[in-house]
Amino acid sequence: MPFKPVLLWTDLLLWLLVAGTAIYVWYCYRRPHLAAPWGRVFQSRTAIASTVVLAAFVGMTLADSLHFRPRIGSGSEGAAQYSNEVLSVLDVAFAYLRERRERTYSAPLATRLYAKDQIESSTGAPTRDYPKLTYGGAHLQDESAHGRDIALRAGLGASLAVAAAFLLSLLRRRLSRWRPNVPWSAGLWTFAVLLLLTVPLLVLSTGYHVFGTDKVGQDVFYQSLKSIRTALVIATLSTVTMLPFGVLFGIVAGYFRGWIDDVIQYLYTTLNSIPGVLLIAAAVLMMQVYIDTHPQLFPTAADRADVRLLLLCIILGVTSWTGLTRLLRGETLKLSQLEYIQAAHAFGVSSARILGRHILPNVAHIVIITLVMDFSGLVLAEAVLSYVGVGVDPATISFGTMINAARLEMGREPIVWWSLAAAFAFMLVLVLAANLLADAVRDGFDPRVRVGSVPV
Amino acid sequence: MLAYIVRRVLYAILILIGVNLITFVLFFFVNSPDDMARMQLGAKYVTPDALQKWKADHGYDKPLLWNSKASGPGKATETIFYEKSLRLFAFDFGAAEDGRNIGNEIRTRMGPSLALQIPVFVVALCVNITFALFLAFFRATYLDFWGVVLCVAMMSISTLFYIIGGQYLISKVWHLFPISGYAGGLDAWRFVLLPVIIGVVSSFGSSARLYRTLFLEEYSKDYVRTARAKGLAERVVMFRHVLQNAMIPILTGVVAAIPFLFMGALLSESFFGIPGLGSYTIDAIQAQDFAVVRSMVFLGAVLYIIGLLLTDISYTLVDPRVRFD
Amino acid sequence: MKALLRIFLICLLFLAGCEGAWNDPYSESVRGGMTLYSSFSERPKHLDPVQSYTEDEAKFTQQVYEPLLQYHYLKRPYELIPLTALEVPKAREIEGGKYTVYDIRIRPGIMYQPHPAFVASNFSLGKTEIDKLKSPYQLELGTRELVADDYIYQIKRLAHPRLHSPIGGHMNEYIVGLADYAKKLKAADRGGWLDLRQIPLDGVERIDSHAFRIKIRGSYPQFVYWLAMPFFAPVPWEAEKFFDQPGMAEKNFTLDWWPVGTGAYMLTENNPNSRMVLERNPNYRGEPYPSAGEAGDRERGLLADAGKTIPFIDRVILSREKEAIPYWNKFLQGYYDSSGIGSDQFDQAVRVSIEGDAVVTPEMEEKGIRLTTSVATSIFYVAFNWDDPVVGGSSERSRKLRQAISIAFDNEEYITIFANGRGIAAQGPVAPGIFGYREGREGINPVVYDWVDGKPQRKSIETAKKLLAQAGYPNGRDARSGQPLVLSLDTVTRGPGDKASFDWYRRQFEKLDIQLEIRATDWNRFQEKIRKGATQLFRLGWNADYPDPENFLFLLYGPQSRAKSQGENASNYLNPEYDALFERMKNMPNSPEREKIIDRMVEIARRDAPWIWGIHPKDYSLRHAWLANDKPNNMARNNIKYLKVDTEARAELRAQWNKPVLWPIALIVLVLALSAFPAILSYRKRERMAARPAA
Repeated sequence: MPFKPVLLWTDLLLWLLVAGTAIYVWYCYRRPHLAAPWGRVFQSRTAIASTVVLAAFVGMTLADSLHFRPRIGSGSEGAAQYSNEVLSVLDVAFAYLRERRERTYSAPLATRLYAKDQIESSTGAPTRDYPKLTYGGAHLQDESAHGRDIALRAGLGASLAVAAAFLLSLLRRRLSRWRPNVPWSAGLWTFAVLLLLTVPLLVLSTGYHVFGTDKVGQDVFYQSLKSIRTALVIATLSTVTMLPFGVLFGIVAGYFRGWIDDVIQYLYTTLNSIPGVLLIAAAVLMMQVYIDTHPQLFPTAADRADVRLLLLCIILGVTSWTGLTRLLRGETLKLSQLEYIQAAHAFGVSSARILGRHILPNVAHIVIITLVMDFSGLVLAEAVLSYVGVGVDPATISFGTMINAARLEMGREPIVWWSLAAAFAFMLVLVLAANLLADAVRDGFDPRVRVGSVPV
Repeated sequence: MLAYIVRRVLYAILILIGVNLITFVLFFFVNSPDDMARMQLGAKYVTPDALQKWKADHGYDKPLLWNSKASGPGKATETIFYEKSLRLFAFDFGAAEDGRNIGNEIRTRMGPSLALQIPVFVVALCVNITFALFLAFFRATYLDFWGVVLCVAMMSISTLFYIIGGQYLISKVWHLFPISGYAGGLDAWRFVLLPVIIGVVSSFGSSARLYRTLFLEEYSKDYVRTARAKGLAERVVMFRHVLQNAMIPILTGVVAAIPFLFMGALLSESFFGIPGLGSYTIDAIQAQDFAVVRSMVFLGAVLYIIGLLLTDISYTLVDPRVRFD
Repeated sequence: MKALLRIFLICLLFLAGCEGAWNDPYSESVRGGMTLYSSFSERPKHLDPVQSYTEDEAKFTQQVYEPLLQYHYLKRPYELIPLTALEVPKAREIEGGKYTVYDIRIRPGIMYQPHPAFVASNFSLGKTEIDKLKSPYQLELGTRELVADDYIYQIKRLAHPRLHSPIGGHMNEYIVGLADYAKKLKAADRGGWLDLRQIPLDGVERIDSHAFRIKIRGSYPQFVYWLAMPFFAPVPWEAEKFFDQPGMAEKNFTLDWWPVGTGAYMLTENNPNSRMVLERNPNYRGEPYPSAGEAGDRERGLLADAGKTIPFIDRVILSREKEAIPYWNKFLQGYYDSSGIGSDQFDQAVRVSIEGDAVVTPEMEEKGIRLTTSVATSIFYVAFNWDDPVVGGSSERSRKLRQAISIAFDNEEYITIFANGRGIAAQGPVAPGIFGYREGREGINPVVYDWVDGKPQRKSIETAKKLLAQAGYPNGRDARSGQPLVLSLDTVTRGPGDKASFDWYRRQFEKLDIQLEIRATDWNRFQEKIRKGATQLFRLGWNADYPDPENFLFLLYGPQSRAKSQGENASNYLNPEYDALFERMKNMPNSPEREKIIDRMVEIARRDAPWIWGIHPKDYSLRHAWLANDKPNNMARNNIKYLKVDTEARAELRAQWNKPVLWPIALIVLVLALSAFPAILSYRKRERMAARPAA
């Protein structure tokens, strides 16, 4: 085999989450009363538009979650050996970005480095000038054609995008017939805009560094694409990993009351009263020690980075878990007073059955709303935590690490703005889409539930 | 009432013990007393004797949680946990590992933290409520729509960008404020103004939008319709009815946050070089100073409990149906 | 909104009314005068001379405390000269070399800085009185003459049971009776002030009021260098007694935070979180500015003040500056008088000319900023753990592997990318400027370099691959098992910025098809791994304590092994021949014979390659035109007394560089005003239709 598949913990959980979502969709599809709120959500134009944007991000994430170790050597001699470097499908697709390293900073679409250096001029005498890039614009015979080449490539990309968008728009009528209430045109327009932005970028990226390069000459566009997975992993898995505990404790406390309620309340008040950053810092340092003392459990650097990411998710989950539990407890308290549950109780229906059949489905909307509301807050939290130094592993590419590195670049003159700008743009689009979808979901499910943001 | 207070205090103590235990376990999982001694003594020429001496001198030469060698109650009391935790309850924080008195440090650093946090808190509250009221007043018009768009866009931007961008443009390019630094007394305002502006701007989006929803909820209630039906001017309806009633959830929500103003702002303080409690916390995390981390966690927990208490009290004040029981 | 605007405008008026630029980071109280503006990044942990060791702390302690000796400010190589001593003490062997004694005579008439500890009535302050104090200098101040007893007192403090001197353990081995003294003190310690004058120490003897004698075991020629460090500065017993009063420690009034010395400056404001202020010591005796220096110092204007009485500066404001960006920007705005340069600002400030010299860029030159460079007496290296079965040990196989890696590991590229050329590739353990370091052809490491066209050239990757194949790993695979060779490198993480350098390390090993695992961890864990010998490769650095080759070569001395005896030899390197030579070299004075031994030791070490020799970093420091007499000195930090500032030029340039830009404010006001317009329109419309149904 030319590669050996690697299943990282976060990959596993992400794919489980995908499977879970698929099952949930299928389950809802079969039950009109569960599908109804979703129907309301997708009557909103912003919901459709932001779903399209988020779907693009999720696609990137999933492509970046199929990991493997490539085979090294010719493979003829002895048993097959695999590299210690873990790559993903996304890495392969964008291998041309990953491998084209310049020496140091270069501006977006530039053909020369950003800093002067000694170079041999055509006459052979050393002079001081901006050296040519090794890859960016290397296909140009003549540098004066630079502007025209960019325009040409951008134009080509744009026309491809328009063509693709046109083909897709033919689907519209079919879709409208299938679900007349959904504003399909909003989705298609968003998709068209997305194509118009990304296709020219992709076409340009084959010849240039579209977002420039960073200090060691790595392509910033590639880094931004890689950051998406980190952001999405944190945004989803943080809530999901702690969800079972949050839900269980919440409804159990609200339903049984008495000493169980006291214990659970004590637990979350105690956890809540520790300032979030301190709790996260202590926990992150702690797991770092665990990783360091058990190197045999984590054979590759990717494994270590991944475990750190997962544990960061878990600890972020703990800090946001308490809020969900409190909400669920309150709601369950209310529900358990209702007559039909009192009646079920009187008929001797077991507690587990009441919780599973009656309480849980009726608090599900709170869980869903928390999930989407927390999403954007967690993306932002990652950046802050990485700045404080208790975020993701330094080797993991994330928006936080990008911003942190870019911070120092603001001191340069002339200023190196592109890393920061790229992180800003990607984060803005992601968080904005998440916020808009969250609003629509909340309105669709229950406009009255207000959920706080992640405490950081 | 008395029973309520006693119960509250007992519960608070129970929580503080739990908090202490959690920090203690987390910290000593990471750091052995040996590590702490090495951190303090530096990297060069450290001998095992010097380590032992440091530990003995700072009270870290005992077992962590359970002393099996001691007798009777000494099994629990002759431990690092007991000796280091007990004094906290009297707010005697002792000395940091570098020898500086933590209580004194917290007192001197509280000033700068509050000088930054109180203006942010007050100004942000005023600005956000004003803007939310403005949006609610113009509900269902293009002003409202674009206002909400502005809010959502602003809350989608990380605080880090506000700080980095603000510092770069306003201080570096336009020379309007000092880039960083702090001075006590009246001169403080020159240093605090920029972080305050940035603090207000970064809290703007989410809070203004939240308050707008609260105002709209109030607007849709029956008594407002009645008032309007009576022919009251829109202005009067807004200030007399909507604002007053919507202030209840806003204020009770805000009260819980007041004690935390003491904890300082982590990011602003370290970016702008303000010597408050936020940067103290970050320094302590980075220097792995257990005494300081533990004290700050304890302080945070106490403030959190006070916040809970204040929320309870403010509920009873605004809503007479709620009682202490 | 409008009210806010008004407040904002009033604030702006206030700003305009202020003297100086709007962005002046200094408050009124610390502006003007003959003041030096400097910064510190790390909070000092200890200012007690017995405990303080780091460079950040030396910035304060060395201005206040005066050890017996100091390094000449201008001369290179570094030269010890007397400070409070009358002359550099000579070693005298007694009892057939069993002991060495140093007789030290101090200069008469040196007075302490004004301090409340020298006033007897301040020994019995009440608790309420102490509580009211903001600074100990609010009390009545006194002074007294420096005597030999103060030095003796400090040496005794090295063994104090409640003070933790980083060199206590080291000195126990040399100063006669110090280890026993520590035990004696521990027995005598009842808490409170421990009067060390009452308990004699065998190894230190008072001759008369201005002279004393130190007796050390065996011979230790490097001992005089220690006498130039604050560990051997005088401490008056009064200070300890004064600060021991109940209530002092709670206010952070301790000797650890409020140094008491005879130096040119005294620490009068002590807020390690934001600002420290050093003020001129009015009792300072005054020293003449040096009148001789290194070649070129006269041209650089460093001798213009020769013979004048120092210090020139009256006050030093040191601000805490944790972040690199604000620090650099404030320097550019003229609010710091000098600055080191981070690698991110390097391009902006410095360009490397064709000849390879660094000069400031035209933009900087226009501002009058000048540059000074010096190679630091330190080394950063990657060590192989000698106890590791794969990379360690003296077998031919592992040696060739180490040599191959040393060739592939391109330090020159590292210096270009990560240090902007601020460093030189090391050829062996000894740093430049230290006796035993060799320049040019004879100085190159023949294992890694060839001498081509008058300069060293790194051997080719092919050579490295050949060595690797000879070591039994052709193409990075173990010839016996076919397994790929995977090595691990331990390092300390400092933050997300490390990713770039990790990638770079990995690429160096990829050149040989070796796979590198980087294990990044925190400082404690890293140290622990090295202590247990649970590493393969790791990254470490060493900063010389004193300018003697012994201070570098002992890092490879077998008995100093970290894993076996907790010494400073972190790679656990062991070579009997090297160790024997080290023992001979250690106690020799600098001589051709010593140089020959050092050459041989370096040769052995190069062949065994226990380290990838790494780099000697260069210190680059920028200073504004108004700062004079600035010269980097890696050994001494008591440089402030030599500096001089042209305050008028400074004020003028600062004002010129910091003119506020006002149009953005006008723009913001305009935008706000315009956005109010549609609101007013809407409002009018709505007032007209009062009873509109709710939305």
